[in-house]
Amino acid sequence: MTAADYPTRWKRPPQLIKSRFWSYALAIGAIVYLVLAVGTVEVNWQRVMIGMERGQRFVAGFLQPDFTTRWRDISQGLIESLTMTLTSTVVGVLISIPIGIGAARNLAPAWVYAICRGIIAVSRALQEIIVAIFFVALFGFGAFAGFLTLTFATIGFIGKLLAEDIEDIDESQAEAIRATGASWLQLVNYAVQPQVMPRLIGLSLYRLDINFRESAVIGIVGAGGIGGTLNTALNRYEYDSAGAILIIIIAIVMLSEYSSSHLRRWVQ
Amino acid sequence: MLSVENLTKVYRTGDKALTDVSFTVPRGQVVGLIGPSGAGKSTLIRCVNRLVEPSAGSVRLNDLDITRLRSGDLRRARRRIGMIFQEYALVERLTVMENVLSGRLGYVPFWRSFTRRFPPADIAKAFRLLDRVGLSAHADKRADALSGGQRQRVGIARALEQDPDLLLVDEPTASLDPKTSRQIMRLIVEICRESGLPAIINIHDVVLAQQFADRIIGLQAGRVVFDGPPAGLTEEVLTRIYGEEDWTAMRQAAAEDEAAEAEQRDEAKKMMRAL
Amino acid sequence: MSMTDIPAAEAPVWHHRSFAGRLALYAGWLGLVALFVWCWNLMTERTMWVFVHDAPKAAADLVSRAWPPRWSYMDRLWGPLWDTINIATLGTLLGIVIAVPLAILAATNTTPSRLFLRPLALFCIVASRSINSLIWALLLVSILGPGILAGILAIGFRSVGFIGKLLYEAIEETDAQQIEAITATGATKAQILSYGIVPQVLPTFYGISVFRWDINIRESAILGLVGAGGIGAQLNASLNVLAWPQVTLIMLVILATVVVSEWVSARVRHAII
Repeated sequence: MTAADYPTRWKRPPQLIKSRFWSYALAIGAIVYLVLAVGTVEVNWQRVMIGMERGQRFVAGFLQPDFTTRWRDISQGLIESLTMTLTSTVVGVLISIPIGIGAARNLAPAWVYAICRGIIAVSRALQEIIVAIFFVALFGFGAFAGFLTLTFATIGFIGKLLAEDIEDIDESQAEAIRATGASWLQLVNYAVQPQVMPRLIGLSLYRLDINFRESAVIGIVGAGGIGGTLNTALNRYEYDSAGAILIIIIAIVMLSEYSSSHLRRWVQ
Repeated sequence: MLSVENLTKVYRTGDKALTDVSFTVPRGQVVGLIGPSGAGKSTLIRCVNRLVEPSAGSVRLNDLDITRLRSGDLRRARRRIGMIFQEYALVERLTVMENVLSGRLGYVPFWRSFTRRFPPADIAKAFRLLDRVGLSAHADKRADALSGGQRQRVGIARALEQDPDLLLVDEPTASLDPKTSRQIMRLIVEICRESGLPAIINIHDVVLAQQFADRIIGLQAGRVVFDGPPAGLTEEVLTRIYGEEDWTAMRQAAAEDEAAEAEQRDEAKKMMRAL
Repeated sequence: MSMTDIPAAEAPVWHHRSFAGRLALYAGWLGLVALFVWCWNLMTERTMWVFVHDAPKAAADLVSRAWPPRWSYMDRLWGPLWDTINIATLGTLLGIVIAVPLAILAATNTTPSRLFLRPLALFCIVASRSINSLIWALLLVSILGPGILAGILAIGFRSVGFIGKLLYEAIEETDAQQIEAITATGATKAQILSYGIVPQVLPTFYGISVFRWDINIRESAILGLVGAGGIGAQLNASLNVLAWPQVTLIMLVILATVVVSEWVSARVRHAII
């Protein structure tokens, strides 16, 4: 064959969507959606112009934060956030252990499994904020409602991951313990606990981290903590105090992320 | 023609990888670069196209001093140097054709490569090369769907798509079985003979090197300790390159390899007869 | 060192340290309990226990007032629901547009400057990640005024950190040999990116984006609480007038949206990977 006999055109075969019709239909659909969606965005330019000035004040406040004027409020919010983070993680983990065991198919009878999986599903489906709204309605404003919210969210998170871990354990070890004639509790203690304990501690530390971030948010709906303080500061247009609060939140989140990843590595 | 003069490489850790390496490779010569692992073979061929920055010395390809080039000129020099890698180094999620065409990247503007609209001549060349390495039926397959030997053939086609003046080959057979290794080596050497292309083949298998190279360079701890025809590789020379113990072990391994292949051939003959 | 390598003389030392370790463990647990009690006291200092004691009654009362949901209110929810989906989708797109260049600047193997641009990009990613989208919304509503734009920006700014972090980690995990091979052909920086790196991270990138979109649907449902548009605004209005049957309906709609978006994201991720 000579060089002239080889094709001079080549088109990359479609990788994801093989049918030409569907690839065009999807592209057109995406464009139509984007046009419609962008069309719903109403911008009040006058308001934005005023906002720009506020934005500048906020940036200035962020660069020159004011920690002192509202320090009493800030420290109160911070204490509430930190204490509610710790207590809710401890209580949440304690409750999620039996629920996690109950939600493991290899340890629990079917009806217990169904109940525990149900609890986990409900806890995971509901946003923290929405749960917080309800707890505030029931228990009044303050850190206690926040504590309950975070506890509730922790149960779903740890319960699910713990159950998956238990389902993944090495079956032969459980078999061996069962063969010794051990009771169910002894089985959990000897075959399951040693295998999942390091992961459980790691997960708890990770959740501690998440709970702090969340505690900074649920205050907005009245569940105590630093989020409430931030909300108040922004409502009063006190951008320098708000800047101070944001800097504290970012610093604590970075610190906790850094230390919790180190602790987890150390534990595992 | 390639000439390397007093090439030295000291890594930032202080490890001296190459010391005063000099040699020239004329048109059409296939050089086998042998030596124990860690002798600097891989560093040496990467210093030629400056994937590794040499510390001192010069590399000249057709009178162009590669070591002095700035980034734009370096890219233009690199596109004339084809490279074939140990573990094929294909972009696994791209098609075979895209991998071969990527050899033209140094020649085409970004928009052409981004939209996959390569010039017709490049595409015809790619089809011809795929045909040459025996893979014309696989152009539209994804690279990770191929076997090891097939992937290395794509790697060869990609290097040739560059229209190279020099071929750098880094352990082309390290991830392949003995039979495929021989086929790949034969293919590379044949192609070099066809177009008078000089090549440096970095290879750990002495038997293969002796069989296919025109000339052998032996590296030991970053220094050239042998440079001559394959026939000059006496046991004494090999001891100088590899050391006493290594050499014995390798002799055995090579013998075993050959024995295994001979056995395979016998098996195949038997099968043929049975059929 | 394996167990058999330990000389006999060292064995008691090992025992001793294990004992000290156990002591430290018990001390640690005790410390945790003490810390918990202390925190609990601090936290509940200002709690009105009257409300807590009343909670079961209040709950029963709330349920009786919230059920059945007011189905007719659905007519007024379609618009906000559409807004919510738009906030999540446009916000995710905005996040992607900002996060991709940041990830390229932040990954060690693609950054043009390790000393200056990389730390800057990393800081942007971390800052975006530490601030919850609701707080972003709070800020943006305060600056731009209430509306869907503030919601889109809030979701976008929060997504930058998430997508940016996962993407730059994916870029750092690419196979260096494939990139070296493309470099050796004489390709430019942009060509190395498009031939060596993009094909390797593309599936991960799609996965991350769809995953974040799923999370964003959940988050955009509540942004309205602080005035950033969407179905949350309706929730806020209903809560303010204590229209509990409407609240129940909105909750059900949010729940359904979340379930559907999770299903869609699981399907899409399955199709890509």
